[in-house]
Amino acid sequence: MVDNVIAVRDIRKAFAGVQALDGITLEIAPGEIHCLAGENGSGKSTLIKVISGVHAPDSGTIEMNGKQFSGLTPIEAISNGVQVIYQDFSVFPNLTVMENLAINAELAAHRTFVNWRRMRATAKEAIAKIDFDIDLDAKVGTLSVAQKQLVAISRALMSDARLIIMDEPTTALTKREVDALFKIILDLKARGIATLFVSHKLEEVFEISERFTIIRNGASVITCLPEELDHKKFSYYMTGREFDDSRFTPELQADAPVLEVSGLGVDGAFEDVTLSLRPGEILGITGLLGSGRTELALSLFGALPADRGEIRLEGQPVTLDGIRSAIAHGIGYVPEDRLTEGLFLERSIGSNITISEIDSFASKLGVFDKAAAKAAAEAWVKDLRIATPDPENAVNTLSGGNQQRIVLAKWLATNPKVLILNGPTVGVDIGSKHDIHRILRELAAEGLAVIIISDDIPEVIQNCNRVMVMNAGRIVAEVDPAVTGDAELAELMSKDIVDLNGKG
Amino acid sequence: MAALVRKLVKTNEFYLFLVIVVLAVVIQLRSGQFFTPNNLVDLANAMVVPGIFAVGAFMVLVSGGIDVSFPALASLSVYATTRILVDNGWEGGVWLPFVLVIALGAILGAFNGLFTSRFAVPVLIITLGTASVFSGIMQGVLSSVQIPNLPPAMTEFGRATLFVATNPDSGLTSSMPMSFLILVVVLVFAFVLLRYTTFGRGLYAMGGDESAAERAGFKVRHIKFWLFVIVGIIASLAGLVRTSMMDSMHPTNLPGIELMVIAAVVLGGTAITGGSGTLTGAMLGTLLIVIVQNSMILVGIPTFWQGFSLGVLIIVGTGISAIQLTRARKRARVLI
Repeated sequence: MVDNVIAVRDIRKAFAGVQALDGITLEIAPGEIHCLAGENGSGKSTLIKVISGVHAPDSGTIEMNGKQFSGLTPIEAISNGVQVIYQDFSVFPNLTVMENLAINAELAAHRTFVNWRRMRATAKEAIAKIDFDIDLDAKVGTLSVAQKQLVAISRALMSDARLIIMDEPTTALTKREVDALFKIILDLKARGIATLFVSHKLEEVFEISERFTIIRNGASVITCLPEELDHKKFSYYMTGREFDDSRFTPELQADAPVLEVSGLGVDGAFEDVTLSLRPGEILGITGLLGSGRTELALSLFGALPADRGEIRLEGQPVTLDGIRSAIAHGIGYVPEDRLTEGLFLERSIGSNITISEIDSFASKLGVFDKAAAKAAAEAWVKDLRIATPDPENAVNTLSGGNQQRIVLAKWLATNPKVLILNGPTVGVDIGSKHDIHRILRELAAEGLAVIIISDDIPEVIQNCNRVMVMNAGRIVAEVDPAVTGDAELAELMSKDIVDLNGKG
Repeated sequence: MAALVRKLVKTNEFYLFLVIVVLAVVIQLRSGQFFTPNNLVDLANAMVVPGIFAVGAFMVLVSGGIDVSFPALASLSVYATTRILVDNGWEGGVWLPFVLVIALGAILGAFNGLFTSRFAVPVLIITLGTASVFSGIMQGVLSSVQIPNLPPAMTEFGRATLFVATNPDSGLTSSMPMSFLILVVVLVFAFVLLRYTTFGRGLYAMGGDESAAERAGFKVRHIKFWLFVIVGIIASLAGLVRTSMMDSMHPTNLPGIELMVIAAVVLGGTAITGGSGTLTGAMLGTLLIVIVQNSMILVGIPTFWQGFSLGVLIIVGTGISAIQLTRARKRARVLI
């Protein structure tokens, strides 16, 4: 066996009596692309913090460069070639690209004075390493997510890194940006630099990872090669639960469509969208970021009134000129960014669920009926199996998946006929993801019409009975997920619009 | 050159400078007194104390906090210094008062620094508390009263002038105080510290993203502690200058100035959320406020309008930066 870049053996760490890491072992070879997978709360972040020297383990050893450590300082980790690229990239939005790139080197050299000419030289060298073309004097806060990530990668490479740890690197990237990232990682591999991906999604990193280590509840479950893994096994190792990964087949309850849209368009966002949806169906609308998928969803929810076209609900033409009118017509919308758009994080779980139907808890005099609202909240908490001891607790005490369930509860409380979900499982761990999918199927079976807007291809393929593909503001294809592969769908999503229209 | 101009018009300082020029021209047209040697020297004179305070307030703002304790801190360290010297009948040079206020300023600043670096409580809250503690010590422990007769060295320093400017028409004279040099020294020190030391870049980094600063290897707690030591010293120097120039120690003279100083710095384009701003902007902001305070009399506007116009300036100045912030956020969200 070649010398490992890092070997972590039997690491244990407890915080205030909670065993965050319970005997983790992880070995990474030089140039290896390794994936560390685990659900939220499985101890991934704690493990990274141990490797990068932020936390000292209670027991266990870390071996790097032939030396044994029982705990690291951040400086020791860096000087042994460990670099972490955090999910938020840990960049300074208020400083220039140059300073962001060069400041670490200045600090590592324990300098008291900074020299701007030297910093510029350092920064130039940094971006040259990955052929990254960028204005060094631009403020990092003005860059795109992908550019910020490249800044973080260039910075990590500055200090002779031998292992780069990337925390959920692909979450906020488009397909094209992910491809560019993977190219860089393969290039690093060629130079003997190992990469550790931290992820809870198989599909994101499956194609590039050479080995997987899966952890659950702070303990290593398995280390294996990608050939030994498939979706089902991956989910099982991550959660310890078996999931039904059958595809969705609707039990159609009515022939008459509940929602019909024809020729819908919003200037500068999307054009000529025609679709129809029957009760009990789950329709997938997929497309890249900027394809118009979100704008279409907002338009169906009245938040972005259409400039052209017609919307019919149960055969009646309606004008959706605001969110209230959409709700009144029985359309519910679960927003993309569940944290900032959908929830009042500081408020209680109960009030978050009942807020959108607050009017129905008012007596004739307009006095709020607390008891009725509380009863309704409790019923929903139970129905959706939200893990909380008390609906009066604040929403931010819950895990990501449970928060997502509350957003669902909030919109189901208005008894919608059509429910639109935008990226329903973005950032949700795999167990909660399955739960949300299960809830959606149950709702469809009860006669709700569901639209899932998502660029998570397996998600739409598995859970929808029809999938429409948006590209550059138009619906470019409608496919039957039962006979469509992931790759085919991905291609339709990212094809240049010129190719799709034939000769332009 | 064209690139420089394009860069310039994007800065806050440029617009602030334009406002100051317009205001100066208006005052000149109305009174004919603005661009006279003695008025300009008067303005420089009035800049000294708020200017030194502004440097300290600016450094804390850049690091992502708001310090409201500096007037109380300055009062306490200068009061204690004066008391000690007067009680012991100090007849020597001005070096001892300086050494004492610097030492006391550092100690009191360290007190602020200890709390801000140890506890994850906003600096504003901590300094609201320490401000009360400082004035409590001064009024209770030291049972402060006005000290009318300063040690001779301080009086002398307060009266020392660099040069005297005379108005050719009216014959009025104004003297440029020696203490203006202190403002210059503090400014140069702060400029070098902020721009050319890892400590100074650390302040900006912390103001941008504190956890990122920690991960990058900045010793955040260490930086916070020493920041408050430095700010304590700067504030105490301003207090000493003020007391010397007034030739008398009024324990209640300084508190209240913090809002005007913070407003001046924010008016100068320093983000109230931390991380961005320049010393030039902070000085221009201070100058604008000083001009408004000093020159309204020249135009014949009753002094009670001063408070009013200062308030308007603060609302407009902070309002503009708030609008810029929301716009930037909206722009960032357009793609979502």
